[in-house]
Amino acid sequence: MAAAALLLAAAGAAHAGGDVQRGQRLYEARCGGCHSVEADRIGPRHAGVFGRRAGAVAGYDYSPALQRGGVVWDTRTLDRWLADPEAVLPGQRMGYRLMDAAERADVIAYLAALAASRPSTASCSADSQPRC
Amino acid sequence: MTTRLIAPPRRLFMSRSAHATLSAAAVGLLAGGSTGARAQSTSSIAADVGILNVALALEHEAINAYQLGAASGLLQKAVLDVAVTFQSHHMAHRDALVATIQKLGGQPVAEKKLDHYAATLNAGTLKNQADVLTLASKLELGATNAYLGVIPAFGDKGLAQVAARLAADETMHYTALMGALGRALPGGALSFGA
Repeated sequence: MAAAALLLAAAGAAHAGGDVQRGQRLYEARCGGCHSVEADRIGPRHAGVFGRRAGAVAGYDYSPALQRGGVVWDTRTLDRWLADPEAVLPGQRMGYRLMDAAERADVIAYLAALAASRPSTASCSADSQPRC
Repeated sequence: MTTRLIAPPRRLFMSRSAHATLSAAAVGLLAGGSTGARAQSTSSIAADVGILNVALALEHEAINAYQLGAASGLLQKAVLDVAVTFQSHHMAHRDALVATIQKLGGQPVAEKKLDHYAATLNAGTLKNQADVLTLASKLELGATNAYLGVIPAFGDKGLAQVAARLAADETMHYTALMGALGRALPGGALSFGA
């Protein structure tokens, strides 16, 4: 845990246009109801999400929309997704919208920093739950 | 095998009767109210069912989180009583959501096994009452914001209002838990929601 925190700090206070530390607080408050960094809960885990194809975490029950969507998560696609997921992938199940652009930038910065501090994985096996 | 609620028989009886009554009223509100008053497209209804199933998954997790906390042996009696009460609220939410999803022709998402929630919530790291209450408060805050965040996505305004009411219950839980932890509430206004 402490090592991860140091890596996040080293990733820089500003990443992908937002603030990583504000993004972490927002992530825990706004996304933490459904998501965790390292475990699949109501939503899939976010460790390594940057650069990952949507619908790629093995063992998680994605909607068909996510499975066939062909979206790769980066700053732009995450910003559009968090603003209005149904507009990006009709038939998705998340529904949640983060309406404030600055807050989206902060959350995305945090997610991008996660990718910098954990091994990038195209998919995670169900056997590695909750660590990946 | 652990029982569903860790509570004396009398309280268990009261919890069951209370949430049965609430479920009936909630079903009437959710499934028989404005959801039927306006024509919705099939795709709009399917989208609403999808969101309701996300909410249902949240409630399944909350019920099991409180079960893990109650069964941990870490809670003082008075705190345990509150946890059981909050769990009963989530059970009422669950029942109302299941009924609504079924009314709309959908398939309610299934509850997972307790061991799954124990793993995904890192229950093994809970060492004292404060740990349990901290986990509960984080989940309640997350649920509050999740419900508020999906309101714009509902095609049916009646369901959107119910999401707001569910968020209000979660906010009540969050506030009580923060008080039990002796932690300050947000100092600014409009701290919840998207």
